[in-house]
Amino acid sequence: MRSLELRSVAVSIMLLMTFLLAWHLAVTGGSSGQKMDPEYAKLMGITATQGKSAMPSPVDVGLTLWGHIKDPFYVRGTNDVGLGLQLGYSILRVAAGYLLAMAVALPLGFLIGMSPLMSRALDPFIQVLKPISPLAWMPLALYTIKDSGLSAIFVIFICSIWPMLINTAFGVANVRKEWINVARTLEVGTLRKAFTVILPAAAPTIVTGMRISIGIAWLVIVAAEMLVGGTGVGYFVWNEWNNLSITNVITAILVIGFVGMLLDQILARLGHLVTYPE
Amino acid sequence: MQDRYISIEGISRSYPAPGGGKTTVFDDLWLSMARGEFVAVIGHSGCGKTTVLNILAGLDAPSSGVVIVDGKAIEGPSLDRAVIFQSHALLPWKTALSNVAYAVSSRWPKLSRSEIEAKAMEAIRLVGLEQAAHRKPSQLSGGMKQRVGIARALSIDPKILLMDEPFSALDALTRGTLQDEVRKICIETGQTVFMITHDVDEAIYLADKIVLMTNGPGARIAEIVANPLPKARTRNDVHRHPAYYPVRNHIIDFLVSRSKSFDEEIAGKAWDPRHPPLVNPSIPEPSVAAIGKGPVTQGQGGDKPGFFPANRMRGTP
Ligand SMILES: Nc1ncnc2c1ncn2[C@@H]1O[C@H](COP(=O)(O)OP(=O)(O)OP(=O)(O)O)[C@@H](O)[C@H]1O
Ligand SMILES: [Mg+2]
Repeated sequence: MRSLELRSVAVSIMLLMTFLLAWHLAVTGGSSGQKMDPEYAKLMGITATQGKSAMPSPVDVGLTLWGHIKDPFYVRGTNDVGLGLQLGYSILRVAAGYLLAMAVALPLGFLIGMSPLMSRALDPFIQVLKPISPLAWMPLALYTIKDSGLSAIFVIFICSIWPMLINTAFGVANVRKEWINVARTLEVGTLRKAFTVILPAAAPTIVTGMRISIGIAWLVIVAAEMLVGGTGVGYFVWNEWNNLSITNVITAILVIGFVGMLLDQILARLGHLVTYPE
Repeated sequence: MQDRYISIEGISRSYPAPGGGKTTVFDDLWLSMARGEFVAVIGHSGCGKTTVLNILAGLDAPSSGVVIVDGKAIEGPSLDRAVIFQSHALLPWKTALSNVAYAVSSRWPKLSRSEIEAKAMEAIRLVGLEQAAHRKPSQLSGGMKQRVGIARALSIDPKILLMDEPFSALDALTRGTLQDEVRKICIETGQTVFMITHDVDEAIYLADKIVLMTNGPGARIAEIVANPLPKARTRNDVHRHPAYYPVRNHIIDFLVSRSKSFDEEIAGKAWDPRHPPLVNPSIPEPSVAAIGKGPVTQGQGGDKPGFFPANRMRGTP
């Protein structure tokens, strides 16, 4: 097992090296800049005319990334804010929308899971609302809420609610009958039963839903912030594209991926805590 | 005369059948138990034993009929009726000890944490699991899980114990010790017990009456065997008692052949499901003694399978 782990790490590192090398060669080796129409090259940015590709090399990206890490929280005007700060905005929005969704989805999911009546009654609504792209809500949100920041939070709320709601309802409805029977023979009241039997029994399923939700929320926040603008990592990417700073765009892409992985890992850890072997 | 502490009155249970219609697991089942009585039920797999037990527990409702306990119709589960589940039914996220503690704290919600823990530990010790008290069910063997289930049921001092094959997953040695232990507790506390078992020897050692159920669907209580062995029996002397083999053979004959063909056996005869015959296989003559409420008939001691006394006397309800 241990050697498998070591070998897989070695292979991962090798793949990364190969990729970086190929990237480096592809960007520096070619002389596409000189063959390019100078007018077009000018449009594409100055670097293209200096005999280098407009595409940054891994070293450029690395240096930029290092720069952002060294000084993540600067503010030099509305369009020049540190990547750390932008990330902070995005994470705050995701957290706000996600927590709101949790506050609604978990109790509602419990209700749906415990009551066959509510389950049937609410099912058509869920079926119709669930497949709607969260961004389709954006105009409606902007119109009614009239605040771009809050609208982004609403979009996160609406996209992360479904997996949590559906998984909670499913987990609660499918708690093993015999565990419920134990509580029943012990005359455990409804509320105590919900917290001491149903919640622990359904927790792994619920946390799986929460994990899916956080993934979707992080996907959606970038798109949402590109639309609403102002702050956030999505806006940062869009802004850097307008500045034609591909280096910064790639850096931001890397950071977005990294934060997404962290969020997923946190939920995975939580899932591990509540899982029980049978 | 016997009192009717538990009275099963004409219950039936049916499930919707796959191709429409319904299958009746059992129909018009009557049985009464006196306070402090130990009743064992024997019957082939699928005849509806667990279903009867679930109805007694209040976990399942009969399709028709009622069960009356201590003068009141059962309306749901009660802490007075503890259940030992066939499938153990331990909560897998709790340790053995906290599974038992959960029952204790449900029984006595006002107790302090340490009192609950102490009471739970006492029950765990009773089933010999103190070494494994802090392990999760997934880390316990089948027999150990079964013992936790027994500890959980005993920990709440129930008035009625409903046991669904409580000793089936145990090795012979542990089974013996636990049977002794459970028997001792039941006698000391005057427990009324309804136990399902597949083990004839276990039934004879533990039970006062052994209920024989025919095969399902449409299972019946064919007869009730009054255990002729003295109450003061011990594990090591039961098989030396002269009545032991007649009883044992009678039950085994029932399981081997009569449980299948019972409907033919009673075909054309007056059959009253309210009063299944109370037989005492060790008594050579009929009408020797009216043990309990039902009529006493001669058992055949195993020599004539399929034989059924036609001249049964009927008791009055
Ligand atoms: N939920 C259900 N739906 C349909 N049929 C059921 C259901 N539960 C039980 N049955 C049927 O009822 C019959 C009796 O089941 P039960 O569990 O009471 O048997 P049992 O006598 O306890 O058997 P065993 O000795 O194997 O535990 C079986 O034939 C089973 O198929
Ligand atoms: Mg059963």
